[in-house]
Order: sequence, then C-alpha cells, then structure tokens
Amino acid sequence: MTEMEPRVRMVGIDLQDTDEARTIIDALEQDNPDAVIRRMPGMVKVQSPGKLVILRSTVEELLGQEWDTQDLQLSIISLSGNVSSWDEDEIVLQWEH
Amino acid sequence: MRERYQQLTRGVDWTPSYVSREQMYPYTRFEGIKINDWEAWEDPFRLTVDAYCKYQTEKDKRLYAVLDSFAQGQGHLQASDARYFNALRLFLQGVTPLEYQAHRHFAYLARHLDGPGARFACLSQSIDELRHAQTEIHAMSMYNKYYDGFHSFPRISDRLWYLSVPKSYFDDGLSSGPFEFMTAISFSFEYFLTNLLFVPFMSGASFNGDLATMSFGFSAQSDESRHMTLGLEVIKFILQQDEGNVPIMQDWIDKWFWRGYRLLGLVACMQDYFLPRKVMSWKEAFELYLEQQMLDGLFPDLEYYGIRPPRHVDQAIAEKEYMSHQVHWTFYQYSHAASFTTTIPPEEELDWLSEQYPDTFDQYYRPLYDKAAVMEASGSRFFNSALPMLCQVCQIPMAFTDVGNLGSFTQRFSEFRGERYNTCSDGCKWIFDREPEKYIQAWLPVHQILQGNCGGATIPEVLEWAGIQPGDGGEYKTSTDAENWRAWHQNGVTA
Repeated sequence: MTEMEPRVRMVGIDLQDTDEARTIIDALEQDNPDAVIRRMPGMVKVQSPGKLVILRSTVEELLGQEWDTQDLQLSIISLSGNVSSWDEDEIVLQWEH
Repeated sequence: MRERYQQLTRGVDWTPSYVSREQMYPYTRFEGIKINDWEAWEDPFRLTVDAYCKYQTEKDKRLYAVLDSFAQGQGHLQASDARYFNALRLFLQGVTPLEYQAHRHFAYLARHLDGPGARFACLSQSIDELRHAQTEIHAMSMYNKYYDGFHSFPRISDRLWYLSVPKSYFDDGLSSGPFEFMTAISFSFEYFLTNLLFVPFMSGASFNGDLATMSFGFSAQSDESRHMTLGLEVIKFILQQDEGNVPIMQDWIDKWFWRGYRLLGLVACMQDYFLPRKVMSWKEAFELYLEQQMLDGLFPDLEYYGIRPPRHVDQAIAEKEYMSHQVHWTFYQYSHAASFTTTIPPEEELDWLSEQYPDTFDQYYRPLYDKAAVMEASGSRFFNSALPMLCQVCQIPMAFTDVGNLGSFTQRFSEFRGERYNTCSDGCKWIFDREPEKYIQAWLPVHQILQGNCGGATIPEVLEWAGIQPGDGGEYKTSTDAENWRAWHQNGVTA
C-alpha cells in the first residue's frame, strides 16, 4: 500500500490576455517556479501549489517602466486563494489553514 | 500604502456622542450575530477613494473604446450564429436586474454596517454593481438594434415566469438581515459560486465571436476579484468574532449554496445548449470550479472555523450528470412563452452532449429530442401549453428528479397553517421548513396567472402583460432573427 501524499491545494490567478498582463505572467513564471500556466481565449490561468507571489521589482524589470502593485486591478479576472498580503512591493496569494 | 489606507478610511470614522451606537446602527444585532471588534476587519485591497476612481475610470475608458469599435465594425455579424444571442437575452433579463439590486443593497450596507472598513468595501461594491448594470446594458444595447428579445428587460424581469427565479433569489437576500445578505451574496454568490456564472457566459462570448460581452466580462471580473475578497473576508471576520456565530453562518451557507445552485440551473442550460461553440460542459465546469476549487480548496480552509461543506452538496454533485438537460428540456417546450428561442441542437451538438454525459444523455434525454424532431418535421413543433407546478422556494418548474432515479419527478411537501406547499428537492424543502413565513409570501408566476393578476386567462394576454412581443420567443429556426442572419450573411447584403 502506498503512503498517502499530503493534499496539495492550488492557488491561482486568472489574468486578461493583454500586453501588460503578459508581462505580469512572465514575472509570475520567474518568481513561482512550480506555477502551471494554462492559456485560454482571452485569458490566462496561472496556478501554483500552495502559494503565488507577484513581486513589483520583477514586473518593473520585465516591463521596463514603473509599476504599482495596485495596477494588477486592471488585468485581474479572478482569484483562487486568500490574499494574504498586498503592499507596495508584493502580492501574496495562499490558503491560510 | 497601509498607513494611507488607514488614514483615509478608519481615520475618518468617529464614535457617536449625540446618539448611542445601537441607534446609529440599528440593524446589525437582530440576526443573533455578535461582532465584538469591527476594527479586526481587514481589507486586503486597501483601496482608497482616489485609487478607486483612478482604476475604475481607466477600466471604463478601455471598455467603452471596445464597445464603440465593436458597434462601428458591425461586430454582431461575427457571432458564431444568431442562436447564440439567446445566451445574452438570458443574461440581460436574468442577471442585469440583479446587478442593480445589488447596487442598491450594498449602498444600504455602506450606511448600516458598524465598521468603517466594511462600510467602505460595501460602498465600492455598490458603485461597482451599478457600473456592471450600466456596462451590461451598454454592451447589449447594440444587439437590441438588430435582434428580438432584448427590449423591455426591466419590465419582463418583473413579470415573466422564469425570471421570477433570479428575482426571487435576490429578493430573498434583500429581505434578509445584513449579515445573511453578505453571506448569501458576498460569500456564496460572489465567491463560492461566481465562476459558475461568469465563466460560462464570458468564455461563451469569447468562443462565439461576441467581443462586446467578452470585454465587458473581463472588465467586470477585475471588480469581481475585489468582491470575492470581500466575500471571503466577511465570512472569516464573522466566524472569528464569536463562536456563537458559527452555527448561524453554517445554516446560511447551507441555504444559500442550494438557492444559488438551483438558480445556476439556468446557466447550465445556457452553457450546454445555447452556445454553438462550446466552452466546456456544465459537468466539467462544476467539477473544476465547485468540486476542485471550492470543496477541495476553500472548504478545508473554513474547517478551521468549524464550517463544513454545505448540506445537499452531494445532490448537486450527483446532478452534474443531468441537471442541464432537465432544465433545457423544460425551456425547450416553454420558449413560446419566453423572451428567447430554443431549438433542437444540431446533430454534432447532440453527439457532443452524448460524449460529455455518457451515463445519462443517451438513456434519458437524446430520445426526447429525437421525438421532438419527428414532431417538428411533421409540422407540429412541441410546445407545452399547460401551466407547470413551480417549486415554492426556487420557483423553477418541478422538473427535477431524485438521485438515482431519473425516471420520476421529485415532489416534496410541507404543511404550514393548514396549506400544502410544494418543493422540488430536499434542499428546497429544508429551506422552506426553516422559514415558512417567508416563502408562503412568494409571488409564484403560475399562481398569479391563475389568480388573474397577469393580464388575462390566455397565453397571448399574459405575454403582452409581461412585455413580450412577437418574435421574442418560440422556435429558433423559424424566427425573424434566423431569417435575418441568413440574409445578412449572404454576399452583397448589409445589415
């Protein structure tokens, strides 16, 4: 009998398929190595086991200009997971318990 | 960012000195929910009024640019088929009025909740919901220029039988207390069930060439992420404030899961039958968004607070195999009295349904459409002229069956003050039995027609009273829309 693996719960974010969002997705891929990206018409689903992090510094580096974490509001479609923190430098999605 | 948010929201709150707190906020105690510290409310988005206005303005600019461009380019002709517009009719009639009601009620909460963080979140949502109502109307207004069934939606939504389903759902919430409303709408509808409403419609739009609705959808969804966060925050906040809140919340989660799930029957029908280009089946969407994301993702989190998955969820899981078919078969036979058209799906789509629903479609539902096809070919397309029995709670015709027994319609009964009330399922009966005084007041369209309150004793009189015009309903293939679609897609003919 095989051992039971601890259940892995995915957190995720769905983003619009726009220029700005594509850069955010590139940043997500860089900062979340276990993230799985699923492209659908008009939107992109990014899922990660347990935790997903968006770092302003990475987005700015890839975008080539200043970016406010609040600007995510223009690209976001949906979330799965708890917004455990959101400040000037990062946004963290994870389940709490 | 955090300090700025604190100053512009909490910092402007005050303790009343001319009146007591209870007099200033009279509605937040009667439900039995205990809030000991409103300061514990956390807003993860930390949106201040200036940031709110900045982002919402930008979203509107982008959206209206798309809508203008779409209209200028006669974008409606890009749709997969005019049959697709029935999905939009259902949306405009069934969802848009609810957005407006949400706007009104969140404005009420923006005044009547004790905590400033909660009030501000509700104020933002109130303006969001008005924005949604308005942008939906704008997005669909161009279809109203070319197709039937889009006109008069506020009147139709108040009077027409199947629209009492979404209307009564929301009225139930509006007439509940503030905490139940937030559990019902912010949590249950805007978080728990939201993807099952939005993804079918918006991806459906995208797959079927409807750029206008798709753009609206993505634009609105960015607001929805804030609403989802409010929903999650509200439920955790209430659960953490007092242990006594837990059983009250559990009951509400149970009630509003089932009410929302039954309402989504209309969406399931749309998703499986109204989209010429399919996104995914209701069954697949249910497995992804409800079972995987919610039951496996969210609810283990809520276990920490003493919450278990909703009562009757097992029936919803079992019903994923056939619920959309039961609803569509009902709408197919009653669309002569609706503000949308229906039709037997083309052969390839019937094959898709057989493939998506291997355990039920061929056994129980495909034979119905085969028979309907024979009737149609002989010149008597099947329409049901009888008035159906409606469930006292969800108000849907009683076309549902017991789990494990698809051959027999479910009828549950409750007696209250000497009268018998009928419900479609254990879920709806449970809801009725815990609040009978509320549900005996339901405005059931069929009863109202029989009482003579709907314009007359014949279907044409009832439809006129409801605001329906010829061409709005019936069979798709022989409709004016279908005829126009063919004409407009021939070479050299313009709209």
